[in-house]
Amino acid sequence: MLKFTEEHEWLKIEGGVATVGITVHAAEQLGDLVFVELPEVGATFEKGGDAATVESVKAASDVYCPLDGEIVEINEAITADPSLVNSDPQGAGWFFKLKLANPADAEALLDEAAYKELVG
Amino acid sequence: MDGSSELKKTPLHALNLSLGARMVPFAGYEMPVQYAAGVMKEHLHTRASAGLFDVSHMGQVTVRARSGDNADAARALETLVPVDVLGLGEGRQRYALFTNDAGGILDDLMIANRGDHFYVVVNAACKEADFAHMLAKIGDTCELTLHDDRALIALQGPHAEAVLAELWADVSSMRFMDVRACDLHDADCIVSRSGYTGEDGFEISIPASLAEAVCRRLLDHPDVLPIGLGARDSLRLEAGLCLYGNDIDTTTTPVEAGLEWAIQKVRRTGGERAGGFPGAAVILRELENGASRRRVGLKAEGRAPVRGGAVLATDAEGEDVVGTVTSGGFGPNADGPVAMGYVTKAATAPGTQLYAGVRGKFLPITVAAMPFVKNTFKR
Repeated sequence: MLKFTEEHEWLKIEGGVATVGITVHAAEQLGDLVFVELPEVGATFEKGGDAATVESVKAASDVYCPLDGEIVEINEAITADPSLVNSDPQGAGWFFKLKLANPADAEALLDEAAYKELVG
Repeated sequence: MDGSSELKKTPLHALNLSLGARMVPFAGYEMPVQYAAGVMKEHLHTRASAGLFDVSHMGQVTVRARSGDNADAARALETLVPVDVLGLGEGRQRYALFTNDAGGILDDLMIANRGDHFYVVVNAACKEADFAHMLAKIGDTCELTLHDDRALIALQGPHAEAVLAELWADVSSMRFMDVRACDLHDADCIVSRSGYTGEDGFEISIPASLAEAVCRRLLDHPDVLPIGLGARDSLRLEAGLCLYGNDIDTTTTPVEAGLEWAIQKVRRTGGERAGGFPGAAVILRELENGASRRRVGLKAEGRAPVRGGAVLATDAEGEDVVGTVTSGGFGPNADGPVAMGYVTKAATAPGTQLYAGVRGKFLPITVAAMPFVKNTFKR
């Protein structure tokens, strides 16, 4: 199941675990990233919590946790090479895997068509 | 509130849109923050080749002595800036500062001697206040004109001279801070060999109606890319140059800001025309004794950019605070985070280990000499 948030994150949900990243639209808006800070494995967040930070030449932006859950894996490849987020935001540039506290909450997120409508 | 309808447009607005600029509000204008290439590529391209910047939002002011004697205009300007204006030769330009009575900085600017008048370029956000300040203080002796009828562009980078030489061969005889009138593409222009990137380059004032045609000619050159305000900021930061409103303002003095080099001997204690500018008592005293704090360069040890507003401490717990970052970000050519900020006198030596507060953590950062990249001015 592929879902999106109004904060421009995508979630690919399999067996109660969501792989989370930022959308192509978000990566284009941010521009070339020079720094990514990821949460620690084992950290828990509520929906809307500051889970990660991305920085372009110009500015820092927060990446919010899209649902309640626990971080079970992080993508260290993007901290080593933040440009991966720009080159493949919805693939190799994923941020973290989140074990969802309440998998049913994902139903309320945007589907791909609704997200595409949001960003025009 | 949608204030976009009130934003002013530069004479290059239509060209900027056609070049794919992302426009943002800046100092009351709708300005290009970046073009299609993006901030990183625009920055690197400027240092490797040549970049064209629309800086038409800046204020261009002519100062003409009512007596007809340009030395009277120089003397009038010297009452506003701690700079040797009378000694500035015809066809030469100099960096200056409008100071206030407390020794703070009202704006930084360029002053050029154009022979029968002075030509002054001030920051966009300050231009109305600067013009009012000049009118009030020297309007009786000088005729002042704010030229909203002219565009201003900057062509910066190692290929700038070769690019401009295709329109105007004489450019090669200019050296850093020379100013000349010239005819570019049948437009009556003022060219100075200067800029705010740390690179060799030119700033060109063009009649508004001809600005787009001149820019299109320059952009036709394969070495030239349009560059937005995003890269303008990262370029000036790497070059160690102050951004008014961030690194200097009415609460900072020229000495605190490390801008003593802008105050020539003749205006200092013992000089022929010592003092006589606003805040002279404070500034002359600080020139002798130093200031209690000073602007320094800062290089972070990690990869996390340290931005303006970050607190600087001597310890990793952030308890002994000695200063604040005023500008910071990622330097594409420095290939790492670079910043500048104010620290107390004891912490100003290059190599001093400090810690900057970033998102609740204190990250190691070292006081470093500026510029962060070698400047390439053609002296």
